[in-house]
Amino acid sequence: MLSARNITKKFAGVTALDQVSLDLYPGKVNAIIGENGAGKSTLMKILSGVYSDYAGDIELNQQVVRFRDTRDAQEKGIAIIHQELNLIPYLSIRENIFLGQELCTPWGLLDRVKMHQVTQQLLQKLRLNLHPNTLIKDLKVGQQQLIEIAKALHLNAQVIIMDEPTSAISGAEVAVLFEIIGELKKEGKTIAYISHKMDELFAIADTYTVLRDGKTIESGEIAQVNPEQLVAKMVGRAIPQLDRSSRQDNPVELLRVENLQLPFKGAKESSGNPIAFSLNEGEVLGIFGLMGAGRTELFETIFGLTSKKNRPELFIKGKKASIQSPADAVKAGLAMVSEDRKKDGILPLLSVKKNISITTLTQLLQNGILSAKKETALAVKYIKELNIKTPSPEQLIQDLSGGNQQKAILAKCLATQPRVLLLDEPTRGIDVNAKAEIYQLIGQFAKMGLGVILISSELPEIFAVCDRVLVLCEGQLNGNFPIAEASEEILLKAAIRL
Amino acid sequence: MNLAIKKEQFSKLQSLIALLVLCLVISLLSDKFLTVANGWNVLRQISVNICISVGMTLVVLTAGIDLSVGSVLALCGAITAGLLKMGIELPDQNLYIGFTLFGACLIGILAGAALGFFNGWAITTFKVPPFVATLAMLTVARGLTMLWTGGFPISNLGASFAKLGTGWFIGVPVPVWISFLVVLLAIFISNKTPLGRYIYAIGGNENAARLSGIQINKVKIMVYSLAGALAALGGLMMTARLDSAQPNAGTGYELDAIAAVVIGGTSLSGGRGTILGTVLGAIIIGVLNNGLVLLNVSPFWQQVVKGLVILLAVIIDRANSKGE
Repeated sequence: MLSARNITKKFAGVTALDQVSLDLYPGKVNAIIGENGAGKSTLMKILSGVYSDYAGDIELNQQVVRFRDTRDAQEKGIAIIHQELNLIPYLSIRENIFLGQELCTPWGLLDRVKMHQVTQQLLQKLRLNLHPNTLIKDLKVGQQQLIEIAKALHLNAQVIIMDEPTSAISGAEVAVLFEIIGELKKEGKTIAYISHKMDELFAIADTYTVLRDGKTIESGEIAQVNPEQLVAKMVGRAIPQLDRSSRQDNPVELLRVENLQLPFKGAKESSGNPIAFSLNEGEVLGIFGLMGAGRTELFETIFGLTSKKNRPELFIKGKKASIQSPADAVKAGLAMVSEDRKKDGILPLLSVKKNISITTLTQLLQNGILSAKKETALAVKYIKELNIKTPSPEQLIQDLSGGNQQKAILAKCLATQPRVLLLDEPTRGIDVNAKAEIYQLIGQFAKMGLGVILISSELPEIFAVCDRVLVLCEGQLNGNFPIAEASEEILLKAAIRL
Repeated sequence: MNLAIKKEQFSKLQSLIALLVLCLVISLLSDKFLTVANGWNVLRQISVNICISVGMTLVVLTAGIDLSVGSVLALCGAITAGLLKMGIELPDQNLYIGFTLFGACLIGILAGAALGFFNGWAITTFKVPPFVATLAMLTVARGLTMLWTGGFPISNLGASFAKLGTGWFIGVPVPVWISFLVVLLAIFISNKTPLGRYIYAIGGNENAARLSGIQINKVKIMVYSLAGALAALGGLMMTARLDSAQPNAGTGYELDAIAAVVIGGTSLSGGRGTILGTVLGAIIIGVLNNGLVLLNVSPFWQQVVKGLVILLAVIIDRANSKGE
């Protein structure tokens, strides 16, 4: 059993954890929940040896231990799957899994055959139909996440910490993960599971511990509570439901996409029927599909990020728009929030203000010079409108929480006064509160007449905000449902072509 | 006041303190150092490096690098010198074109911009890594310099051109004026124009910048063209000071420029740094060079010391940004 006793950890004077205690029981899935910034990730990093300077004790099987580093923790049987992926893109799956613990032949050379076999077994266990020599960079984010899990399994640890393992993977992969968690449980392993997703927690967790603002709020058996009670404990209040009643039914076509071919790995020429759909003013159109169904590629194709050949035909308000690059797309009235906030979203070294103004700098000139006044005014306006929590517009964006970073990214998109917003998993890795706020904002945008296209892996999210849902399956459009006619079952069936 | 800004100001102050300490030490060891004449001398000597380093800073801020500046400097200096001295003769058509001072200088600078444009074009259109593209240009431009000059210096370029390197204006050497204006212009561009902001954005996160609708290729081509033009300007100043365009001029200058950029606290991975930092870096290198000469340190040791100072500067900078 792994326990934390009165752990306190400070970062540059800011208390991240304040006297936190936690027990992780073997043979159980121990859920640790709390909003972003509640201290979950910090606590897990301490338990896995990432941070070794903290006050308080960690007990492993009734003995006080202090891990020097992650390697020390690994040797004592604790493995962590981080929220951020820690894989080396230009090495293969096999090389990544064995990184730092390569098997060697008696000659001291790498034993590829053995490592190949072990990797193959791990991949099989995870139902991944991939060759062990595939480079990580050629995998989808969801597949990479599963490789992280394979890495932890390979360590054969007694305690496995999973920090939001499902934030990047889709339904089918989640099911596989849960099966594996079930097996690990039976083997008597201790599992610490961090997630924002209530349905997941209630599907697999046995115990829960709620953290809020760096403090332990409550621990108990998951069977004793319901989702609403848990959420209330996390945030201290209930989440408001999105009000869609006032959204008008306004069938004015805003965007029409025709002849869109999704590029696919393996197939040189895309096969099958091209995709066509339209979006109305004030409409929120959901895009649902499994990981690898081509959802992100759909956005990239529309936004001018893919090859110049095979461009789809786009009509905005009936007028043909020629989009060859993201710059063209922005000019045509499109704006896109990408799936990976860190990689494609924020400008990490710049302030919140400069992140918001980056899309509209040419409108902030005075006599050809950037006007600091106009720029600050723009930033302050959006910080207020979108309720971005930041000490000042000058704060570096990387110091904000994920939800507030995402709101700043929305702000920079809105600043261009777009007519169509493309949102790719806008609430990924964001806490419940910020999520609700973003749903509210999407509702407001629609009310203002914007067309919103929303990619989401979370069905509750689709049902919370969308008016209509397109389902993609293997690069093809496989369904177009008004939300009233859709159910989770219908959408899932369309996504896996049942 | 925000912590990050305070920190940045402190690290800038740090290089200033380092510079002052350096000056203090040298002036204690040599009474020739702290004289007005030597002061102008140092500033004049570094003005070429400042021109190049400013362009290099803009390139490095986009997470690129320009190794071709030394060769571009030589080629453009030689082009201007050649045009000034000989003009263009086409004996078949019985044609001779002479050039005014202004015309020759303008063509030299435009040639630099064109070479930089070519760098930017190769980097953006064909996705050639900046290191490779500008390395190729380093060789090509040096070869073109040899072809243009035939391997011999072009000298005796006239008194009015020489003023560009040796003249004085309101009590300040002309090259110092020029580099001062270049620095002002670059600070203006980097702080007050969309282009400047785009440069920082691209260096900080190119993907995010692209999705924001910034025309990455256009910005990069502009930055490399600017770096080429500034290298050419440095070439003019140097040619004028020596009253001679040497075919092997500027060899290794790219390294001095990169050193100034790095000592000035600009991150080679892009997105972080300032023009003012680079200027400080260039002055530190200049003062160090000057001091070591005044102290009669052997040229071999000078190189060792310079290298160690670069290393030390980066180590200190790393230590400063560690908490981020």
